[in-house]
Amino acid sequence: MLVHDVLAADPLIGFDLAALGRNFWALTVDGLTYGAVYALVAVGYTLVYGVLRLINFAHSEIFMLGMFGQYATLLALGFYPSGDAFDKGILLTVLYLGIAMIGGMVVAGGAAVGLERVAYRPLRKRGAPSLVFLITAIGASFVIQEFVHFVLPALTGGELGGVNAEQPIRLVEPEVQFQIFGANVTNVTLIIIFSALILALATDMFINRTKFGRGIRAVAQDPVTATLMGVSRERIIMLTFLIGGILAGAAALLYTLRVPNGIIYSGGFILGIKAFSAAVLGGIGNLRGALLGGLLLGVMENYGQVVFGTEWRDVVAFVLLIVVLMFRPTGILGESLGRARA
Amino acid sequence: MSNEPGGMGAGGDVGDAHLSLSADAGEPMAEKYLPGAGLDEPVLVDVTEVRPELADAALVDEIVAADREVLAEVGEPLLKMEDVSVVFGGLTALDSVTFDIRRGEILGLIGPNGAGKTTAFNAMTGVYRPTRGQVRFDGQVLGKAKRNQITRLGIARTFQNIRLFNEMTALENVVVGTDARHRTSVPGALLRTRRHRQEERDAIDRSMAILEFVGVGARATEKARNLSYGEQRRLEIARALATEPKLLCLDEPAAGFNPAEKEALMDLIRHIRDDGYTVLLIEHDMRLVRGVTDRIVVLEFGKVIADGSPEDVTSDPKVIAAYLGVPDEELAEGDADAPA
Amino acid sequence: MSTSTPAENDGAPVPGPAAPARPRPELPPAGQTPVGQRPHGGAGDRLRLWWDALARPAQWAFGAPFVLFIALLPILNIPVLTTVGTNFGAVMAQFGMYALIAIGLNVVVGQAGLLDLGYVGFYAIGAYTLAILTSPDSPWNVTQPEGWLSDDWAWLAVLPVAVAITAMSGLVLGSPTLRLRGDYLAIVTLGFGEIVRLLADNLDEITGGGQGLKSVAYPRLGVTEELPNGVFSAGNVGSTLNSGVWWFWLSLVFIIISLLLVGNLERSRVGRAWVAIREDEDAAEIMGVPTFKFKLWAFVIGASIGGVSGAIYAGQVQFVIPTNFNIINSVLFLCAVVLGGQGNKLGVILGAFIIVYLPNFFLGRTSLFGIPIDGNAIANYKYLFFGVALMVLMIFRPQGLIPVRQKLLTYGRELYVAARRTLAKMPDGGPQAAYATSAPASGTVGTVGTPGSSGPAPTGHGPDGPDENGATGNDTTDGGNR
Repeated sequence: MLVHDVLAADPLIGFDLAALGRNFWALTVDGLTYGAVYALVAVGYTLVYGVLRLINFAHSEIFMLGMFGQYATLLALGFYPSGDAFDKGILLTVLYLGIAMIGGMVVAGGAAVGLERVAYRPLRKRGAPSLVFLITAIGASFVIQEFVHFVLPALTGGELGGVNAEQPIRLVEPEVQFQIFGANVTNVTLIIIFSALILALATDMFINRTKFGRGIRAVAQDPVTATLMGVSRERIIMLTFLIGGILAGAAALLYTLRVPNGIIYSGGFILGIKAFSAAVLGGIGNLRGALLGGLLLGVMENYGQVVFGTEWRDVVAFVLLIVVLMFRPTGILGESLGRARA
Repeated sequence: MSNEPGGMGAGGDVGDAHLSLSADAGEPMAEKYLPGAGLDEPVLVDVTEVRPELADAALVDEIVAADREVLAEVGEPLLKMEDVSVVFGGLTALDSVTFDIRRGEILGLIGPNGAGKTTAFNAMTGVYRPTRGQVRFDGQVLGKAKRNQITRLGIARTFQNIRLFNEMTALENVVVGTDARHRTSVPGALLRTRRHRQEERDAIDRSMAILEFVGVGARATEKARNLSYGEQRRLEIARALATEPKLLCLDEPAAGFNPAEKEALMDLIRHIRDDGYTVLLIEHDMRLVRGVTDRIVVLEFGKVIADGSPEDVTSDPKVIAAYLGVPDEELAEGDADAPA
Repeated sequence: MSTSTPAENDGAPVPGPAAPARPRPELPPAGQTPVGQRPHGGAGDRLRLWWDALARPAQWAFGAPFVLFIALLPILNIPVLTTVGTNFGAVMAQFGMYALIAIGLNVVVGQAGLLDLGYVGFYAIGAYTLAILTSPDSPWNVTQPEGWLSDDWAWLAVLPVAVAITAMSGLVLGSPTLRLRGDYLAIVTLGFGEIVRLLADNLDEITGGGQGLKSVAYPRLGVTEELPNGVFSAGNVGSTLNSGVWWFWLSLVFIIISLLLVGNLERSRVGRAWVAIREDEDAAEIMGVPTFKFKLWAFVIGASIGGVSGAIYAGQVQFVIPTNFNIINSVLFLCAVVLGGQGNKLGVILGAFIIVYLPNFFLGRTSLFGIPIDGNAIANYKYLFFGVALMVLMIFRPQGLIPVRQKLLTYGRELYVAARRTLAKMPDGGPQAAYATSAPASGTVGTVGTPGSSGPAPTGHGPDGPDENGATGNDTTDGGNR
């Protein structure tokens, strides 16, 4: 049984704790799929913030480009937005999903690095204050959105972009595989949670175990000393944007599996805000915090929408953010990647 | 060049030299600000042109003078550190420190690096709360007072690493200091009540006098960040003085000064004391401390190891041991690079 | 992003031949010292210098006709300036609202340095308060026939309520969040703006949900045979003096009031506190500024002005729906402030004008100066252009079109005038020459209050008796430790 079936439309703010009790596990599992997407996008925010002290406002647009990237890849592979599920066996499905994901990663990762080059690097060279960076990020966000809105359809002959959302290409149709505590687990849920888990583990290993990861942490802690110790700050910054972009691209594919109708130029905005909230929730600058915050936000949001009504889903997310910040101003896990600022 | 280069006039000796620009800075300043020396053309202003009365040093002293009600009599303790300890995690930065600052004196607080000077300073000014013990200021325990309240109670400070409001002019910086004593707030300002207007006028008059007093009057309309290093240090003192403190705390005000500038600074500090203020001086430079203070407290490893007159303290074997083998010159950690 | 510490600036201008070769290490990084911000250079500064040197009456003499010109702009029908695709009066009415918003947001962002990305929330609360209290669709309608309030006065009567509720919402949002750091504040306010919109969308029974609220009250003035609902009615279309023009004039009144009040604050301890907080919050706190209190005030004042604008909006279109309060509006408002010049009141009004006017300028235009263009397409791309403009501006002119030169003092203007006089003399012999000419004063108390001093007479220490400073200061000095 899917979550949306149990939600009754309620005119004013409802309050139905019983519904939460009845569907607790179903909501948890479904919340985790959303949470996994938030978590992957949140990593992009958190890494950039950790290294540059910058809210990369345009990261949501990177995510949106990732959605178009995987969509274009599937188009190129010969799929059509027909609505019929792909049925050539599990292996081929996974293969094509993998290729689509890589397509999304390439587009999003490339866009993230490009954004860094074009928008942020000139400002860094000038030593601009942080507000200037943020406003540039907002400007870049406009530009990317409008690019997809107006320019991309002109470039692709109307195949991609434009005013209307793309019809989804469904490789996987949700199908119940098994049950946990009475909650249905679909193949889509499994794909999302496993892919996210693998990516999260890989990122964590990369940051904590490799030379590059050490460089990122060093720059986050003390850019000046790190530079003196021979770490190339510029390269680390580029790497940070690349990782964030790649994960956003992967998240884009997973998100379209769960919510297949969001492939539109404005489709990244709310998700971006939530992913940023997730990063702040866990403690911005903190990789594991972003992952934890993402999952927590996804799950809590799902509980909230059952208790208060679907239309309050986003409100629950923002109120949760405000409440957590009230009591733990540095987020749940604190800001470990970088130093805390006064 | 005069024997007080770029610095104060002849201290508090009324009638000798006055503190107007012509006396204290005429020649050196004119030399200093050659046109084209930098990208930013410096703007000098003759304050006496608009405030002729400020040409009178005695009047400037009078305007700047400490005039707040202080409970403590002159010579009696104004601030008492009573058995104060500050512990960070496992580290005891201050260990049962007890000393007092008497009204009207210049107290030097010295000690080797890491001795706890800055911690003691921060405990006094409300940045840290003492783990044990208390700070009693003019009859009042500084327990839960916020930092801005402590300033309004009468403890003002300067910063070791200058923290001026760079985009404001020198005059505006000082006026921010006077704002600590304002009584009108947003409603008064919004409606421009009579009292508010009076406060604003008084604030500017007093601020101009303070700028003249510390010797940066000519730069009143310049943005703080365009001031020279020495001027910025003086401006910090001016801003602190503007809050009408009962106790003025100077955190290494001579850092980065050359000997001539230090000399001028000593004059200024004495002049501030003579104008009725109590001064706490934290300083590395032994010569400066010995030359200007009335009393010295020496900290080492978070404990008070000596407390007495400059002569007694500097001949105290414990103090000598603390600074063993390190001559004064090396204790002074300034570079002699700053403008003369 | 290293913050420049002045402590390292040991290289002040030094006399002698070595001076020019010496680098000036204390100069902040280029982005922080844009050319326009360097003291006293460029045409804008000359204009400012000229303006500041004028006496108050002269400033009024120049200022009043200028304001009059702006007010008459929508009915003068100046060829290229007038919009073709939309009614110019309506465009100017929208500009009026945006200008008010820009002034309010400028208090928060430009003056106090608090990044508020949810400002549209306050605008929405102002608009919805008015709509909920005066729309017949709302259960809480207070106007006739259901309520007791006459339609004639409804808009004006509810306006203060709308402002009060918006101010309160600023207080409610600010008191928990203003203790947060700057970056967190941005995201929390963003969330707030979105929450307000979602509330408007989902509280169907009160706000009408996605349907919105219709027939919102507006001032019933100038009722004639042709205009049974007065000049502010949306029915007043077509003629030169259409409702847009009237709303623009009404906004103009509020703009001038806001400018005067905000100006009063700016030139007082409040404005100084805001700038001090923006520059170095910790230092401000230690210098005795109650930072939290003043940040909260900035929020509340900004919110109130946003509320006024929202109420004007609701009255003008007589109709509110949630989609008009999207987050994208917050970003546009921020654009106006940044584009014009954060902290500069006139600058942000110019920013608001550009944001509103430019897309409308191109709308429906098929040629410009004889060159054929597709104006509608250009107008469509407005977000693209604003985005590019923001990015380019941040790289080359981060301080905005009219950079801030805030005046933080009400009095003491004569000192600044004197400084500029010194400057004006400079080409002849440099500052030191100008300096030498100002003969040292005689140094006696007798010179106090000479007629030569311009502006408000020096007070406090004048011949009308020593003030408290002088009197008690003497005592303390004498009692000082010698």
